[in-house]
Amino acid sequence: MSELSLTSAPAHLRHGSNIGQPLTRRDGILKVRGQATYAADNHPPGMLFAVMAVSSIARGRVTSLDVAAAKRHPGVVEIMTSSHKPQLAIDPEIKTNPFVFRMEVLQSDEVRYPNQPIAVVIAETLEAATEGAALLAPRYETLPARVGLDAGESFVPPVVGVGNPTENRRGDVEAGLVAADKRIEVTYETPPQYHNAMEPHAIVAAWDGDNLSIDMPTQGLFLSRARVAELFGMAPEKIHIRSPFLGGGFGSKGLMAGPQVLGIMAAKLVAKPVKLVLRREQMYGPVGHRAPTRQRLRVGTDGEGRLTALDHHARTVSSTFDDFYEPAADASHTLYASPAIRTSHDAVRVDTGTPLFMRAPGEATGSIALESAIDEMAWAWGIDPLAFRLRNYAEVEPITGRPFSSKALRACYEQGAARFGWAKRSLQPRQMRDDAGLLVGWGMGTATFPALMFQAEARAAIRRDGTGAMEIGAHDMGQGAWTALAQIAADGLGLDVDRVAFKAGTSDLPDAGIAGGSAHTATAGAAIHNAGAAVIAKLADLATGDERSPLFGAGNAGVIARDGKLLRRDDESRGESYADILARAGLGEVEARGTGAPNPAAMEEYAMHAHGAVFAEVKVDPDLGQIRVSRMVGAFAAGRIVNPHLVKSQLFGGMIWGMSFALHEEAITDRRSGRIMNANLGEYHIPVNADVPPLDVITVEEHDPHVNALGIKGVGEIGITGSAGAVANAVWHATGVRVRRFPIKIEELLTQR
Amino acid sequence: MKPFDYVRPATVAEAVAAGAQPGAAYLAAGTNLLDLMKGGVSRPDRLVDVTRLEGLDRIECLADGSVRIGALVRNADLAHDAEFAKSYPAVAEALLSGASAQLRNAATVGGNLLQRTRCAYFYDTASRCNKREAGSGCDARAGENRTHAVLGWSESCIATHPSDFCVPLVALDAIVEIEGRNGRREIALDELHRLPGDTPERESALEPGDLIVAVRLPAAARGFATHARYLKVRERTSYAFAVVSAAAALQVKNGKVTEARLALGGVAAKPWRARAAEDVLKGVAPDAAAFQEAARRALADAKPSGDNAFKIELGRRIVVRALTLAAAGTPARMPALPASPFASISGAIHV
Repeated sequence: MSELSLTSAPAHLRHGSNIGQPLTRRDGILKVRGQATYAADNHPPGMLFAVMAVSSIARGRVTSLDVAAAKRHPGVVEIMTSSHKPQLAIDPEIKTNPFVFRMEVLQSDEVRYPNQPIAVVIAETLEAATEGAALLAPRYETLPARVGLDAGESFVPPVVGVGNPTENRRGDVEAGLVAADKRIEVTYETPPQYHNAMEPHAIVAAWDGDNLSIDMPTQGLFLSRARVAELFGMAPEKIHIRSPFLGGGFGSKGLMAGPQVLGIMAAKLVAKPVKLVLRREQMYGPVGHRAPTRQRLRVGTDGEGRLTALDHHARTVSSTFDDFYEPAADASHTLYASPAIRTSHDAVRVDTGTPLFMRAPGEATGSIALESAIDEMAWAWGIDPLAFRLRNYAEVEPITGRPFSSKALRACYEQGAARFGWAKRSLQPRQMRDDAGLLVGWGMGTATFPALMFQAEARAAIRRDGTGAMEIGAHDMGQGAWTALAQIAADGLGLDVDRVAFKAGTSDLPDAGIAGGSAHTATAGAAIHNAGAAVIAKLADLATGDERSPLFGAGNAGVIARDGKLLRRDDESRGESYADILARAGLGEVEARGTGAPNPAAMEEYAMHAHGAVFAEVKVDPDLGQIRVSRMVGAFAAGRIVNPHLVKSQLFGGMIWGMSFALHEEAITDRRSGRIMNANLGEYHIPVNADVPPLDVITVEEHDPHVNALGIKGVGEIGITGSAGAVANAVWHATGVRVRRFPIKIEELLTQR
Repeated sequence: MKPFDYVRPATVAEAVAAGAQPGAAYLAAGTNLLDLMKGGVSRPDRLVDVTRLEGLDRIECLADGSVRIGALVRNADLAHDAEFAKSYPAVAEALLSGASAQLRNAATVGGNLLQRTRCAYFYDTASRCNKREAGSGCDARAGENRTHAVLGWSESCIATHPSDFCVPLVALDAIVEIEGRNGRREIALDELHRLPGDTPERESALEPGDLIVAVRLPAAARGFATHARYLKVRERTSYAFAVVSAAAALQVKNGKVTEARLALGGVAAKPWRARAAEDVLKGVAPDAAAFQEAARRALADAKPSGDNAFKIELGRRIVVRALTLAAAGTPARMPALPASPFASISGAIHV
């Protein structure tokens, strides 16, 4: 498999007329015109509105709800509570597989975090349901909230992230530190962050007998369908989920969350379609978040400035009732060569909703700490940060010793630095000013993200009229799957993209796996590619086996597909159109399926990662401490680029997110109540347009024959990594103040003038 | 949302009568009130929509040289009124530094004056807040309070008034015209907002039914047009409330300050006029030493109400900078990024 290249299998021979093209997003006009239907835009006849009442305490028990008052309110139809609700087929506390997280669907009176759903009011209007929820006026038995990274006894979780070992070692870190010429020990903190997709979690659920129809944004149609099926004790085929567009997911819409299950329960209770949409503040609890971390890095270097030891320990939190541990320290596995590396984690339990995957989970938190520490060590040596990174360049994956399937990081460093003008950087901090007297700082960070793949299936067809069809239950969260996957489909079918009916976004199509881990294009793309190959092979069989065909006797390995025709490989002047082949065979269409999956042998043999280098310039007011990023350059090598236009947008988005991580995002948690005090987009700051500087993205050419047949690595998350550290390092370079608690705040920079 | 009556009076007198009823609230653009209602923070029984009242949306130059701004003038319209912006540049700059373009297009002058604090504990109905519910306690005092008041606060309340607009207005001696049950009266803007004391629930000098109909800037306020700036430090470049802000306005003759005006925002429950600082500037050269002394005086009574001691030092630095900018002269055109430390007077105008 590792030898497979696109041209070695004749059925795959293409001229790549679609992949690689910077098509604008095909759903763009629908979105601009407001014609793209998001889940909450659906209003089936007779639909009622459901609104959740959520807990205001972090821990305890609901002792009373004024159901009568809520019921009296005009327009209120039903109140769903722990004692009045449809029964589920299984206990939602049971984890039936590792991708099932515990949810609150009114199974008890217990409160385990703020904003936990405690009742659902169903009414004829949104306003009536909202007021009904307010009238419930819950009373509680309250226990003290456990808040923050020191909330209780720490423990070592069995795994972090998705099944990663809690601790990894290579070599002897303590010996490496003892032998080091220079050592630093530094601790960084990152705050809780919330996904804050523009589109809130929403569901429109309608039961028709024992069939269930769901409109809901999801990054995982089939995981969601399976979860609904087991919760409601029904066959998955009876459930139809539509999720054609998402207004962002970022990991929070990957798995079925409690509120969406409540929407389905509410529809069952009232036997009518029900819509339930989370209010913005209700998204700060039951739909996941990025846990806070405190990361201690110990770094040792020898007399030449080469790492002798890298020790990265991360403290994080999980909820009191489930387990998800931000694998922050794992960021130190892949980037810098060191004879001794140890990464480890511990955690405390706090009264919060369970943390979850949030765009670059572990990589983002770990990257800002690692890139800051590397910068600190470079400064300890008085070496340029890029030169220091090159001195510690990893030729093989440091934690495993495996070769990389491909790694064009050197080219990223070179091209990014050249575009940025890095060579003119002053080594000393606080040396650069602009014309207005503002401090100017330049910082950099290395980006990395694993090239993952999941499992997917696609169905391809070629039709009598010469057009093609490709069907896959894939997800477009805004990243452009409707376009990029259609491009892969077009090449797979040997057709122009406009001649392919591409279907995605519903649960009656083949399973595309989850849209996460930056793996969707690679996974769904591989399935599409293979389905295309399979259907072309069937068509070739029809032609080459028929003596009336000019392709007769060519053998299916001797045929190539291009522009709706099969051509003889040894004589491209001889060929036949798809339409003619099907017409002569008397067939309406041929169809075939293909799958995409990781190649275990290749994964065993190679470390597979995308890489990049990000350079940032910030300006800081020397007296007032306000910070503004003034430009950023990111150079990324992520294998084959399916659509440069969309990839650039993805990388822009990641870089902006990284800047946001360094300078803005933080859920402010009341230290006593555990309540989040800025659960709104006015005060949970993310960058606004005026914060986003000119961004420059370079996609560095990289051919990876091992990751998958198409050579795709994924670009959804890598842009955050490197960028956050680059901005933080630039703030240090501008001011001479090393801030180790993120986001960087004005007061930290008022210490000097 | 709690059901409420909605009335749309035809005249100011009708509005005042309706607004004086218990449980009534005036509605203009609703950029603050509707959020408060959706969050259950304000639960009025009756909204009195004043947006259709005649004659309250004008900017008038009066015979005595003062300018009268109707209460329904939109923030954006006022800021972009060329004559107004030329005469009162710090006010225009403050307006354009506030909120977002969309909000400024909707928000009104009267509503801006009466916007509520952004204290998170005021908005969070699960928290105790003496302002929201008199006598319930203040969860901000020992809570997450790094942006709270450093001047004029009490143990009952450490909230700040969030307006940018009010800061230069109070510096320039703005007058508020109020229509009430007993007819029309005027008060200085400086008298409109109250410090919390033991009664933080009483935020202003307004009585039930009182309707702000206009804000007036006296003729003398024009005298600062060539040396007036607003400076606002915030946690992102736009669409954020001030951590601390200042309006500074000077009159300079023969190398000496003849008149000085200074007010701070984001530091107290009201726009904070710093008269002691103004006094030390009068008659001295507009130099760094004088500005440092003014800054010291302006924050002399400041004390932290929580994790916010940095706001005192930041306040001093902002005062020095704002005075420095004012002394350098009002720029000929509104900077891109008004009031920002990153304001630039070259390049594209984008606010």
